[in-house]
Amino acid sequence: MIAVRMRRTVRATLVAVAAFAALAAPAAAADIRPLVTPGGIKVWFVHDKSVPLIAVSFAFKGAGAATDPAGREGLAEMTASLLDEGAGDLDSQAFQRASEDIAVRISFDAGTDNFLGRMTTIATERDRAFELYRLALTQPRFDAEPIERVRAQTLAGLKQEAENPSAIGRKLWRNTVFSHHPYARPASGTEASIQNISREDLVGFVADRFGRDRLMVGVVGDIAEDELVQRIDALFGALPAKTKSFKVPEIAPQGAGKTIIVRKPIPQSLMSFGHAGIKRDDPDWYAAYLVTRILGGGGLSSRLYEEVREKRGLAYSVYAYLNPMDHSAVIGGGTATQNARAGESLEVIRSEWRKMAEKGITEDELRYAKAYANGSFPLRLGSSRELADMLVGIQLSDLGIDYIDKRPQLIDAVTLEQANRVAGRLFRADDLTVVVVGDPKGIVETK
Amino acid sequence: MFTESVLSLFGWFSVRSLRRSAALPLAAAVLCSPAAAAVFSPKTFTLDNGLRVVVIENHRAPAVMQMVWYRVGAADEEPGESGLAHFLEHLLFKGTKTVAPGEFSRVVARIGGRDNAFTSYDYTAYYQTVAAHELETVMKLEADRMQNLALTDKVVLPERDVVLEERRSRTDNSPAAQLREQVRRSLYLNHPYGRPVIGWMSEIQALKTGNALAFYRKHYAPNNAMLIVAGDVTEEKVRELAERYYGPIPRQEVLDRVRPKEPPQRAARTVTLRSERVSLPSWSRVYLAPSYSNGERQRSYAMEVLAQVLGGGSTSFLYRRLVVERGIASGAAAWYSGDALDYGEFGLHVTPKAGGSVIEIEAAVTEELQRALKEGFSAEDIARAKKVMTAEAIYARDGLRAGPNAIGQAFATGLTIEDVEQWPERISAVSAEQVMEAAKSVLDERQSVTSYLLPEDRK
Repeated sequence: MIAVRMRRTVRATLVAVAAFAALAAPAAAADIRPLVTPGGIKVWFVHDKSVPLIAVSFAFKGAGAATDPAGREGLAEMTASLLDEGAGDLDSQAFQRASEDIAVRISFDAGTDNFLGRMTTIATERDRAFELYRLALTQPRFDAEPIERVRAQTLAGLKQEAENPSAIGRKLWRNTVFSHHPYARPASGTEASIQNISREDLVGFVADRFGRDRLMVGVVGDIAEDELVQRIDALFGALPAKTKSFKVPEIAPQGAGKTIIVRKPIPQSLMSFGHAGIKRDDPDWYAAYLVTRILGGGGLSSRLYEEVREKRGLAYSVYAYLNPMDHSAVIGGGTATQNARAGESLEVIRSEWRKMAEKGITEDELRYAKAYANGSFPLRLGSSRELADMLVGIQLSDLGIDYIDKRPQLIDAVTLEQANRVAGRLFRADDLTVVVVGDPKGIVETK
Repeated sequence: MFTESVLSLFGWFSVRSLRRSAALPLAAAVLCSPAAAAVFSPKTFTLDNGLRVVVIENHRAPAVMQMVWYRVGAADEEPGESGLAHFLEHLLFKGTKTVAPGEFSRVVARIGGRDNAFTSYDYTAYYQTVAAHELETVMKLEADRMQNLALTDKVVLPERDVVLEERRSRTDNSPAAQLREQVRRSLYLNHPYGRPVIGWMSEIQALKTGNALAFYRKHYAPNNAMLIVAGDVTEEKVRELAERYYGPIPRQEVLDRVRPKEPPQRAARTVTLRSERVSLPSWSRVYLAPSYSNGERQRSYAMEVLAQVLGGGSTSFLYRRLVVERGIASGAAAWYSGDALDYGEFGLHVTPKAGGSVIEIEAAVTEELQRALKEGFSAEDIARAKKVMTAEAIYARDGLRAGPNAIGQAFATGLTIEDVEQWPERISAVSAEQVMEAAKSVLDERQSVTSYLLPEDRK
């Protein structure tokens, strides 16, 4: 049945990398098997019987919202919302009832670059679950009632967003940085584009993009390997082998050094800031990841957290992140501060940004950031659902099936010298594009 | 579902995970078919000082989660000190006699762990997720701050500013959140559930180091807490560590939680918030309801099923009628929140289509509720609702968080572990008649607040 039954042992000896052995957590106990179905579909699979569930994740690479045709912005998201609103012989209500009858969880998601799908089922209900999932994916009905309902819901959502300060800020920031590129366009569309989307557009979206050439699959759970490959063939086998190609151009982030204010009568100034970042396949990625974590990584300790929140009480939340995309890359961040002290907050953030570039980080900071990166990673893989998503994420970024094993070594290999060189290259305080929504004092808009 | 009654020290993680349990109380917790005996199969013991300890073994990944739940929350504050329980939660990260301010979280990060905390009306909880072999490190730290908190104005005052920013972010920036706060105030005529967990702005501003320390001494004690450890660990190991670190903390007198009661509620209330920052109106109603621990227990299970069948998803009665068939709303949901010591809430939330009016929505909801009360729900609809709910229990076992959350919440709101373990069975046992009885008893407008979120210019 199974063409490839290559086994990998992932319970490897990652702790061997000396110095931080005591700090590093053991690897996730995941034994990832790269399978190829009789029909030729590749699946990464972790057999886990600890919970009677099966989690399936997949992606159609390069079929995300960035491929929405001009004037049809929001098409990918609308498609994602409509796939489980009627398929095969089942109309919307019948499909939803059938899903609830077996408590299967099906969802689709339009990312910027990729189109994503998830299904989780109780193992004993897998027959019907895989069948419903197959129908949604290969025979969506796109009946008039659900199209109009989802259109109305999308329009209502857009209306709500129109007065939501963080949505306003995010949108404007993206617009400024990505200019006329598809990344600048609102993934949920505009009132006009949503009105324009027709049944033909939806059918076309699926026909042009859902194919085995774009498919990446990850499965975790309580199912035998030979049964799984059969089910994967049944699930995806009917999809075309080749789909249309979409050309999304590369874009270098724009708007460096701009500060834009959107005046709103709210007590806080919400700030989005950032500039050009670093791509996932850049050799400096791990160094960039660590220095960004030191500046503003999640959790309850980072330089920004310390300076903005702990010492000065300027904000409840302040963070920085890397966002590598297929055709661009940014480093960004955000916070929210009472209007009267907005200028002070932005100054502190800028000065920390500058300090990263000019003075770099300390040996201790690097050591702790590595310990966190290596220790916290396995904690993100503790459920079938999370692990299945990770299996697809690793394939999308082309990191290799041994990535979970390899990652601690990649992290540990970053030297202080490299980290500081990368910080010097990455953080450019004067290039920050800043969007502020609120009534900030002490911030001057650029022209 | 739409409450912001659970606040955490640092945004996203716990709030997101707990928002679900706010809507489906024990549901984030629960289990499957009536035949299955248990959900989390925890082991329990009690230390001599009264600390209850729960161990949920899960050897799937080499990780553990430690949680400590205190039976104290915003409803235990004195009038005029709103926000104190939540403020103290923030301050527990500000150092002890031997651990410097901020050191707790730095140590957790350095061992690759994650930590956070959250506060609601009936509880305050702290947790860390770390590699299994680091359990001792976080147990030592957590036990230390159960008795040795040391605070100075130097760290307390900036943190008060942080909480003020938190209040602005959560509530004051958002007309919908402001309205929810006003609705609570109207729903509770006398009980402290009517105050915001985060506190009123002017009262937070007045909180002092001394208030926090007094509240801490009064409520933080081993015999008022539960320690829960989930993950790759054995009961023996937890017992050994718990006795070593938590064992020496002395028991202290803790008062029973007796809060002011609600008088009979005799008048339907409406609350309207108009703002230029509202672009899409919405309509909500919340009814005072019994909770699991204060009321006829069976009623609460029936109310869970009622919420699901009435507005728990896209096949639910209200969604089907208002969104799919009549096409006047873009969203319609019902929820029941029974995981509270004193009172529960049953709520409806409907958003009109863009351009629609809340008046039309209210008339339609009234009509549909009457219809539901008259015609009842089909056996298939009720069976499906129960299936979805009981399946939550299987899904809840995927990962470490759900067990400690459900058991801790049960402990803090007057329920037992058995209640958590048997939740699916009891949900399965709910009959169609019980659902209708629950509907008739809870959908009493005299015990409700209807709220309108409206744009500035029109109704």
